[in-house]
Amino acid sequence: MKPFVLNVAAAAIVMSCAGSTASRAAWEPVRPVEFIVPAGTGGGADQMARTIQGIVTKHNLMKQPLVVINKAGGAGGEGFLDVKTSANNPHKIIITLSNLFTTPLATGIPFNWKDLTPVAMLALDEFVLWVNAEKPYSSVKDYIDAAKKAPSGSFKMGGTGSKQEDQIITVGIEKAIDAKFTYIPYKGGGEVAVQLVGNHVDSTVNNPIEAVAQWRGGKLRPLCVFDAQPMAYDEPIADGKAWKDVPTCKSQGLAMEYLMLRGIFMAPKATKDQVEYYVELFKKVRATPEWQDFMKSGAFNTTFLTGADYAKWIEAEEKRHEGLMKEAGFLASN
Amino acid sequence: MEELANLFHGFAVALQPYNIMLMVIGITLGVIIGVLPGLGGANGVAILLPLTFSMPPTSAIIMLSCIYWGALFGGAITSILFNIPGEPWSVATTFDGYPMAQQGKPGEALTAAFTSSFVGALFAVVMITLVAPLVAGFALRFGPAEKFAVYFLAFCSFVGLSKEPPFKTIAAMMMGFALAAVGLDSITGQLRLTFGVTELLNGFDFLIAVIGLFGIGEILLTMEEGLAFRGGKASINLRVVLQTWRELPAYWMTSLRSCLIGCWMGVTPAGATPASFMSYGIAKRLSRRGNNFGKGEIEGVIAPETAAHAAGTAALLPMLSLGVPGSPTAAVLLGGLLIWGLQPGPMLFVEQKEFVWGLIASMYLGNLAGLIVVLTCVPIFAAILRVPFGIIAPLILVLCAIGAYSVHNSTFDVMLMLVFGVLGYLLKKCNYPLAPLVLAIVLGDKAEEAFRQSLLGSQGSLGVFFSNGLVSTIMALGVVALFWSVIQEGYSRLRTSMA
Repeated sequence: MKPFVLNVAAAAIVMSCAGSTASRAAWEPVRPVEFIVPAGTGGGADQMARTIQGIVTKHNLMKQPLVVINKAGGAGGEGFLDVKTSANNPHKIIITLSNLFTTPLATGIPFNWKDLTPVAMLALDEFVLWVNAEKPYSSVKDYIDAAKKAPSGSFKMGGTGSKQEDQIITVGIEKAIDAKFTYIPYKGGGEVAVQLVGNHVDSTVNNPIEAVAQWRGGKLRPLCVFDAQPMAYDEPIADGKAWKDVPTCKSQGLAMEYLMLRGIFMAPKATKDQVEYYVELFKKVRATPEWQDFMKSGAFNTTFLTGADYAKWIEAEEKRHEGLMKEAGFLASN
Repeated sequence: MEELANLFHGFAVALQPYNIMLMVIGITLGVIIGVLPGLGGANGVAILLPLTFSMPPTSAIIMLSCIYWGALFGGAITSILFNIPGEPWSVATTFDGYPMAQQGKPGEALTAAFTSSFVGALFAVVMITLVAPLVAGFALRFGPAEKFAVYFLAFCSFVGLSKEPPFKTIAAMMMGFALAAVGLDSITGQLRLTFGVTELLNGFDFLIAVIGLFGIGEILLTMEEGLAFRGGKASINLRVVLQTWRELPAYWMTSLRSCLIGCWMGVTPAGATPASFMSYGIAKRLSRRGNNFGKGEIEGVIAPETAAHAAGTAALLPMLSLGVPGSPTAAVLLGGLLIWGLQPGPMLFVEQKEFVWGLIASMYLGNLAGLIVVLTCVPIFAAILRVPFGIIAPLILVLCAIGAYSVHNSTFDVMLMLVFGVLGYLLKKCNYPLAPLVLAIVLGDKAEEAFRQSLLGSQGSLGVFFSNGLVSTIMALGVVALFWSVIQEGYSRLRTSMA
């Protein structure tokens, strides 16, 4: 019996060595990795990047440090161009939001997502239609009626940025219900939510994480979510209602769906090993309790895609954005 | 009285040895961050944020907010000693702080700056402690029109301040507006004035401009004047602190006014930069020694520093109670709160009492610790001026270059800084004032954005700026400030003709 046990043990050792040599042969960062955020400090993408940085540091998921760098200039164009011109540099990754599509389309800067190497989709951010809790409309129907009754252009929608996701959704709503809004762009989502609390705008399409505090405080009311299914989180937030109880806009007669990509890309010409390294890294990040708490606090849609599935999703989404932006007249004039 | 009980409980939390240690570390790091131009409180906090994720949230926010206080204190040091503001809100401190240092009074200027900072912060914390819920509600009344009115007031209280001809002031200000317009137009989402140059996508960062205009420009001027750095006589002992303290109570009125301006600007939230400019401008108008401002008047250091700190501290209130950051650093702290699982907003004060009051208690203690740390270092800071110019100038140049680089990790910015340095030198030689230029770069795009948001909302009607009592009052104050000297002159003429 003994030799057999020894053999098994030896085999196990050999195999584990083989395993470790295999993983040693695979690519690993040899210097600090720059984590580019094509948006300002404090916004949604920045929060996610810094959460990831914190998780990586706390759980020792990387041997090299991960350094978050904001390159927000030109609606994120600065960050994308930086990564685009860093071909063959595997020590640079970038987190994207919808400006991956909207910025090049609206400003005409020479950039397309195909210039980068897709790594993984981490999550999708939801959009919710919010109104001030003092307003009489408690359902989407009341809201649509009120918006249609108001003189053309007097109904104000607040949002983050210009010709970006919030304004695209606004144009979508206008088309869907045949009304004319005035869209007012602000710098950040938190500011937009507070403008709604102060009644300086009539409605917003804030991400859940940007407005949840005001909902809990009884200042704002969510009407519907721009997703195909209701959100998954059933922990009560205000008045015994949970994210789960917010109906989809479509089911309420407002046919518009929109989700925002929170995904990771690498510089051009990354090898398969390098992409694989980051995919594994983000799988580990997703498995941590901190990440799950973060997903819950922002009511994220936790779809995870990599490889061909991810590329296919982006391609479809790019077409959709091109269509939406063309319809809205947001394309750069050159 | 429940608040007081909560506050004492907060003190108990903040006074744990572990938290006190974090406080001192935070202040020290903050001062270093504030001294390095370009790094700035927001970047410093952002870099250090991940380190705090393994701490309990209360300890983490204590450390980070202490970095914030430290950076606020530190920003004054380079402004006074080298005419290089490390932070936007220290620009106004250079106007009188630097002349004081040149006259051999750096110790007095630093002491006045640090002490006023402390007074401003203390005033704001007391306000937060006593009237937090009331004041937080006030911030909600500020829409785009009200914000524009505040910026308008900041510009108006500043116009006509300089001794140069008004034409030169306006020319400098217009140049600032033009520079501020470069980059993405946030209302239409179009690029402006970038001429296809990728580096210009981000526009001209205020810090790069200021480091160049003030820091490099000043070195060029000094070189021309024969490599003499005029701060050599600086007395370097701690007695200067006590002497200055004896003088300070005489300026209680300026302090009080600056505290009020600061709290108001911090809560609304317009931020510490307009607060410091506005406070300086109003102090100059109302001071009996107003004509002496800009030549090394201690009141000209007290006013902006008090207001900047009151605003910086008060800015944390809308962040905690509404989730709106009043400053870039507050924005990063806000991100931290979310990561620690705390939702800023109306419910934070109800659900996370220990956290909120621990933070407020740490504001009292952190500022006190900060004051002690920086005041004991005054002789050391002042002694820097005794180093021969031949040694200090290259060091400042390196410091400026590092600062410019660290804003966006870009070497282009270092070049830009040099260009601004030459520009600053030329403007000074031609007697164009730099302050209006800087004010326009800092607040120009914000004012433009608020103006256009207001007009979008009102469908083009300018009546929106007089649509309610609040906005009309601020606009009227602005107009009065703009024509103050004319009004004053008319009044005195009237009196002489009567007599």
